Amino acid sequence: MSNTEIELRLLMEAIYLKYSYDFRNYTVASQKRRVLHALAQLGLPSISALQEKVLRDPALFGRLLQYLTIPVSEMFRDPAYFLALRQHVVPILHTYPSVKVWVAGCSTGEEVFSLAILLREEGLLSRTQIYATDINPASLEKARQGIFPIEAVRGYTANYQRAGGRSSFSDYYTAAYEAARFDPSLCADVIFADHSLATDSVFAETQLVSCRNVLIYFNRELQDRALGLFHESLCHRGFLGLGAKESIDFSSYSQRFDAHSQPERIYRKAT
Amino acid sequence: MKPTAPQPPERRVEAVVLGASAGGIEALFTLLNGLPPSWSLPVVIVLHVPENHESHLPQIFADRLHLPVHEAADKMPLAAGHVYFAPPGYHLSIERDRRFSLSCEPPVHFSRPSIDVLMSSAADAYGPALAGMLLTGANEDGAEGLQRIQQAGGITAVQDPNEAQISIMPQAAIALHSPDHVLPLRELRALLLQLESAHAH
Ligand SMILES: C[S@@+](CC[C@H](N)C(=O)[O-])C[C@H]1O[C@@H](n2cnc3c(N)ncnc32)[C@H](O)[C@@H]1O
Repeated sequence: MSNTEIELRLLMEAIYLKYSYDFRNYTVASQKRRVLHALAQLGLPSISALQEKVLRDPALFGRLLQYLTIPVSEMFRDPAYFLALRQHVVPILHTYPSVKVWVAGCSTGEEVFSLAILLREEGLLSRTQIYATDINPASLEKARQGIFPIEAVRGYTANYQRAGGRSSFSDYYTAAYEAARFDPSLCADVIFADHSLATDSVFAETQLVSCRNVLIYFNRELQDRALGLFHESLCHRGFLGLGAKESIDFSSYSQRFDAHSQPERIYRKAT
Repeated sequence: MKPTAPQPPERRVEAVVLGASAGGIEALFTLLNGLPPSWSLPVVIVLHVPENHESHLPQIFADRLHLPVHEAADKMPLAAGHVYFAPPGYHLSIERDRRFSLSCEPPVHFSRPSIDVLMSSAADAYGPALAGMLLTGANEDGAEGLQRIQQAGGITAVQDPNEAQISIMPQAAIALHSPDHVLPLRELRALLLQLESAHAH
């Protein structure tokens, strides 16, 4: 094992012992890149030096967390996914008197607002409870505010249309200066909460779990843990949506979900 | 178990990583077309393609090469003799357990997937048992990754910039370090065959 890898493991162990954030079962390649990037940004000479500082300075850990989690998101990212939800999942959700949706690893909220808009257009939002969870408190705070850069929002309009949007996208936000503030009523029934797929347990029974572009950062052991949580949370025949290039094929849950919309990575809990 | 003494550098290659950008499809055809069906090394390719588009590369190459060709998937194990393309919009890495991992970190050199990302992670995973080749292209992605392969003891080769459709990418690699080989495509292909026969026997 190289020195860098040894230092990396020790850093993750230190973070776990000190702050209870468990990054020990993340894939090494991207974790290493992010830590080396953080070193350069923070002006520190080595991972060991970073470890030393992180242990003594919670504020520095807060900064490092922004590098370790990858707060990259987009509204209606991969429009085909949202179109498939609209066409193939919503009709089944309509058969439930009330619906619970879990957005795991929601980052800064773009995915949550996209789902809320879709559910409102499909007449489901008023009886849906959305749980939006993440481990990054700064991201959760942004998500709660529902304010996104106007530049980005212009780009999301095309995504929204390709996702089968039924309205004019600008109906959902008011633009002010460089920002777009999304209609707060969209998130009236969203609970934003701190929850780690690595250390926490299931908190509700859901009909749909949307966990996109999170599992790729986990090794197979941690992927299995997360998939176990989703399996446990989902009701009989509940739905699981993953990112465009994610699958359950290389996990031990491959037999416990059926493919529902294959190219869009929507699965259904197997009986 | 007691720690063992460091081993002498291993020259037997166990995987090949390739990077290409503008002009890359044709270059890759020339390089890979007609590899024998008995070909036994995994070949992993980052070819810069626009994000947000489904990539047809695996299909196009599957039709032309007589080898199994895939889009690399998260946690998929690398298999002997198979060819893999990075999916558009994601970085592709190889982990120590010789499986792929994907990530959506920001682009590197405006590229996602990035050749640097693939090559650096592959250098960590394979050390000296890796060969990296960088072909035609109009940006500087790959230069650093190829250097990392060399630093880890692997074999590096660059397409002769005089032959490359666009010479910026090979030139950037040559400016950063001294690749083991700077060759036109036909000779890069001969090198590939040679590396493979050393692996197989
Ligand atoms: C690339 S973002 C994905 C955002 C959004 N789901 C999407 O696809 O656009 C990955 C998110 O996963 C979160 N994350 C990382 N580890 C996690 C864990 N153990 N439990 C819950 N969320 C986690 C990060 O904080 C980050 O916000």
